[in-house]
Amino acid sequence: MTDTQGHHHEGEHAHPQLGFWRKYVFSTDHKVIGIQYLVTAMAMAVIGGTLSLLMRLQLGWPHGSWPFLASLMPRAFDSQGHMNADFYLSLVTMHGTIMVFFLFTAVLTGGFGNFLIPLQIGARDMAFPFLNALSYWIFLASCIVIFSALLVQGGAPLGGWTAYAPLSALPAAGPGQGTGMTLWITAIALFTASGLMGGLNYITTILTMRTKGLSMMRLPLTQWSLLITAVLGLLAFPVLLAAAILLVFDRVGGTSFFIPGGIVLNNKLIEHTGGHPLLWQHLFWFFGHPEVYIVILPAMGIASDILSTFCRKPIFSYKMMVYAMVAISGLSFIVWGHHMFVSGMSPFLGSVFTITTLLIAVPSAVKTFNWLGTVWGARIQFTSAALFSIGFVSMFISGGLSGPFLGTSAADIQLQDTYFVVAHFHLVMAIAPLFAAYAGLYYWFPKMFGRFMNETAGKIHFWMSFVGAYCVFFPMHIIGIGGQMRRIYDPLNYQFLVNQQIVNVFISISAFVLASAQILFLVNFFVSIWAGKRATENNPWKATTLEWEVPCPTGHGNFGPELPVVHRWAFDYSIPGATEDFVPQTAPAVPAQQERH
Amino acid sequence: MADEKGPGRITSSGLALGALLGILIIVSIWLFAAKPWWFPGLTSIHGAEIDRVFNAVLIVTGIAFIITQGMLGYFVARYGSAGSEHADYWHDNPKAEFFLLTGTAVILVVLVFMGQKVWLNYYFTALPKDAVTVQVTAQQFMWNFHYPGADGKFGKTDLTLVDPTNLIGLDDKDPNSKDDIVTANDMHIPMNKPVVVRLRSKDVIHSFFLPNFRVKQDAVPGLAIEVGFTPTTAGAYEIACAELCGAQHYKMKANITVDASDADFNTWLQARLKERTGD
Repeated sequence: MTDTQGHHHEGEHAHPQLGFWRKYVFSTDHKVIGIQYLVTAMAMAVIGGTLSLLMRLQLGWPHGSWPFLASLMPRAFDSQGHMNADFYLSLVTMHGTIMVFFLFTAVLTGGFGNFLIPLQIGARDMAFPFLNALSYWIFLASCIVIFSALLVQGGAPLGGWTAYAPLSALPAAGPGQGTGMTLWITAIALFTASGLMGGLNYITTILTMRTKGLSMMRLPLTQWSLLITAVLGLLAFPVLLAAAILLVFDRVGGTSFFIPGGIVLNNKLIEHTGGHPLLWQHLFWFFGHPEVYIVILPAMGIASDILSTFCRKPIFSYKMMVYAMVAISGLSFIVWGHHMFVSGMSPFLGSVFTITTLLIAVPSAVKTFNWLGTVWGARIQFTSAALFSIGFVSMFISGGLSGPFLGTSAADIQLQDTYFVVAHFHLVMAIAPLFAAYAGLYYWFPKMFGRFMNETAGKIHFWMSFVGAYCVFFPMHIIGIGGQMRRIYDPLNYQFLVNQQIVNVFISISAFVLASAQILFLVNFFVSIWAGKRATENNPWKATTLEWEVPCPTGHGNFGPELPVVHRWAFDYSIPGATEDFVPQTAPAVPAQQERH
Repeated sequence: MADEKGPGRITSSGLALGALLGILIIVSIWLFAAKPWWFPGLTSIHGAEIDRVFNAVLIVTGIAFIITQGMLGYFVARYGSAGSEHADYWHDNPKAEFFLLTGTAVILVVLVFMGQKVWLNYYFTALPKDAVTVQVTAQQFMWNFHYPGADGKFGKTDLTLVDPTNLIGLDDKDPNSKDDIVTANDMHIPMNKPVVVRLRSKDVIHSFFLPNFRVKQDAVPGLAIEVGFTPTTAGAYEIACAELCGAQHYKMKANITVDASDADFNTWLQARLKERTGD
């Protein structure tokens, strides 16, 4: 942060005026990079969401004919306008991959992480701004590569986002398992590299660049969650990267890491021997389970801070919130086997993983109690951001409570690979994080763009999303109990599923309602960037954290000539005796007030 | 100047959200208690145990669901902001935290023990020697069933012998294979007799899913995995593949018939043997 004149930390005024390209495109400013991540991830969400609507079309009306869609995508439909089975599975695969990696991981850590870390810790930028920009551009490349998988000969891969070997290791095992699968692996490898760069940067920045007075236990929970998430990423992503590289070797190099001997394809014994298919699953889920928390932890942090702000009440039991996140992240590395209870893994290991998995319910329950404790006795201001953060809590409870069914290995025998699992993880790691991300967008939008999003549209967006999401995902528990398998193109092929098809129709109709609310959000977002109500104050929500000390939007360098000094924790709302119902972190301690932390 | 603590206010947003959470609770109770849709009819001995574990977890999580969503709904309805007054100021209650934490842990320990009893019983009880043994070989996108025949011995299989007419590569030269029976997508078992399935896959991972029997086991290439169960009700049921295995995954279905008597079962075996030997 030294400019050409040798001045140190002169703030935004010392930065030379940058041209359009340097300022908005090839920027190293963390705020621009954060917004780039957000907007790119939104584009990916539109793709991933559209794919899910095509899936719901097929699941709601498995024998339906869609001549209009067939004319748009002739390779995906047959001559009568019925969707092809392999296309359906590539929808499943691409929807899962795009949403898990390119939407949720990208929005929450890439988007909010980059935008908020320096602003909330009182720093001028990330520790390594160039690495930060590089991380974004590699992420963008990975988005382009994964999207291109939809367009190549043979189509996108159809092995699911989990890409189980040997289906993923054998290009001859199905359409899309050739070039499409290769592009999938490439995209995941690029994404992993990008995530590692981001993670290193986040950890270094939060640990070393906090402003004066901002001790670890004064950090907003968003910062704690981003720090823990970055550590999880650094430990988990390399395992996925390694597995992906081994998979490439199996596919093109003739190795047999994941391919056992004795595989017969098209009635011919193939020349592989000695590998083990479960090795892929162990590696994948060793990454995959922490990945769940890479998505949910930042959502927890963001929702906690926003909830506290609009409840006008300190977060309940801040320390326990931090410890719970640390506990969850630690445990997340020893629970992966609960994805594999019926995989052929030793049943003894099933017992071990049941115990570790149910352990993780304890810190998760702590978080839920503490959110309830925060809302209890609050004075809630029902802004769009507040509604979405309350919605987050409800979705997290609903999704979390189906966890113990699946974590109990005996019950999981029946439920594994059914829609019960789909219901569980969509509520807990898709809808809950989505709600937290929306809360964050409505909340920090003025800090990003200097304008507000439209609140009326925001509230309509919330009510439709809240009802829509429950109507889509809650009944999935029921059809899962009824036995409907995941990744099935035509449930009507099974007698035992015919009676509950009406539920699938209901879910599909609800999905279209849910999607229409997201269109409303997108319109609101982009219109508000240019035409929203101007944010004239630094701190429109009367919040305590450091990003609200600076103008909306914030210039390059974030803070003025002096960096802020922190005197208190981030949750001083409604202190008895204080004139206002909030005290910013920068306000010096006054003897009359009860000093906290 | 903000007011000191006021009573809070019931706001329209809060009331609406509280009401929605109330509706969520009522609809959930209806779905899980009235059971308009539920598990496929049960027809195995161990399945009853699995269903019991499910119900125990359902009671515990159901109560937690009603309490937590109910509290959230009540609080958002009750504690709206009336303007500038302060909220309550408290942010710690170590006693309550400790109580809730311990309570959660105790409940979870009970659930773990209940579930593990069933799990360990299912997997670590030796499979009976007199069980009907069927070798099941999964492949894209069908199930092959291999019965040992009257001699009780399976003929040798060799994957180099696989061809379109001999999908499991049964070695005809092996004397044990003479009376073996191989069917495609059609499995029969006798009622009230233990069955052992020896599960293999020829290509990718499949999953042997018998919804009515509460049986699910992945078929992994390179492994032979045994899984047992005892059918309790005669009738025709379905076998599905529960692990994504390729483009036609959804078509990977087989029929399973539980024959009311051993005689019925043997009649079926004889008929299949005749088909195979062409007598």
